[in-house]
Amino acid sequence: MTDTWLVVAVVAGGTIVIKASGPVLLGGRPLPARVQSVVALLAPALLAALVATTTLGRGQELVADARLIGVGVAAVALALRAPVLLVVLVAAVAAALARLAGVA
Amino acid sequence: MADDAPIRFELRRGAVTAVPLGIAVGLFGVSFGVLSATSGGMGALPAIVMSATTFAGSAQFAAASVLSSGGQPLAAIAAALLLNARYLPIGVSVAPYLTGGPVRRFLQAQLVVDESWAIAAQGEGRFDSSRLVGAGIVLWLCWVGGTIIGAIGGEALGDPTVLGLDAAFPALFLALLVGQLGSRLAVVAALLGAGIAVALVPFTPPGVPIIAAALAALIGLVRR
Repeated sequence: MTDTWLVVAVVAGGTIVIKASGPVLLGGRPLPARVQSVVALLAPALLAALVATTTLGRGQELVADARLIGVGVAAVALALRAPVLLVVLVAAVAAALARLAGVA
Repeated sequence: MADDAPIRFELRRGAVTAVPLGIAVGLFGVSFGVLSATSGGMGALPAIVMSATTFAGSAQFAAASVLSSGGQPLAAIAAALLLNARYLPIGVSVAPYLTGGPVRRFLQAQLVVDESWAIAAQGEGRFDSSRLVGAGIVLWLCWVGGTIIGAIGGEALGDPTVLGLDAAFPALFLALLVGQLGSRLAVVAALLGAGIAVALVPFTPPGVPIIAAALAALIGLVRR
């Protein structure tokens, strides 16, 4: 419980500082181009890592289970331009059905 | 008084434009509440407090997912803050258009999220701060309200794996990722990031592979 609150507090504090630093500290000066080009790629790199680890990771093991089926269905839904909530919903339903059918 | 009229008009215009997005953000908040309350990551009250104080969806999901996979608090914090590093250039882009003293600018900056930033954009790098504030307030209310509904409802749902909720996390990150793949370099960074993370899973504690994937962003330094 204490660990959870630590994460909540530090992430909130850090995010507030990040959001404010441009408008309050830098006062409208631009970021150096090299910094900007690295920062722009952080979100795609980290989100892809999260997709991979939450699909395949179980502790320190890599496993292919019902989650993989759920994510595959989600990818199809995204390709069909479904709204995010529907994407999440079909992924969960597909994984649950796969488990019912005996997939780990 | 007459001088306030255009500001109020833009405030209201921002708020009205944000309503359809607000519904989507609210539903997104519901899924954050449900996942945080059920998957053993966080619990209902911390999830609600986090939505109210952090107000950044993907970072919150990242922290919750690292915690639920048994990662260290430090790994959860690092993953979330690295994801939010994108608000540094976003904040810089709106900075010249925010008005008032440091306190007011500070508060306006907190209402910047991807969606309010997009609504406030007026083309050619210009932004309307009143529209930003109007949209930001609507989106914040929807995000926090959705989280409360999801967190309270989620606690009643039971075992997340039976419901397939563990597949909801990667599906959600995939949806967020698609919105970030605007350039070829972004696609390369994503593939590289995923590769680094998968390669490290067997050898490091949970959470560390995600932080290491940040190294993929260094390809931004390659001269084109």
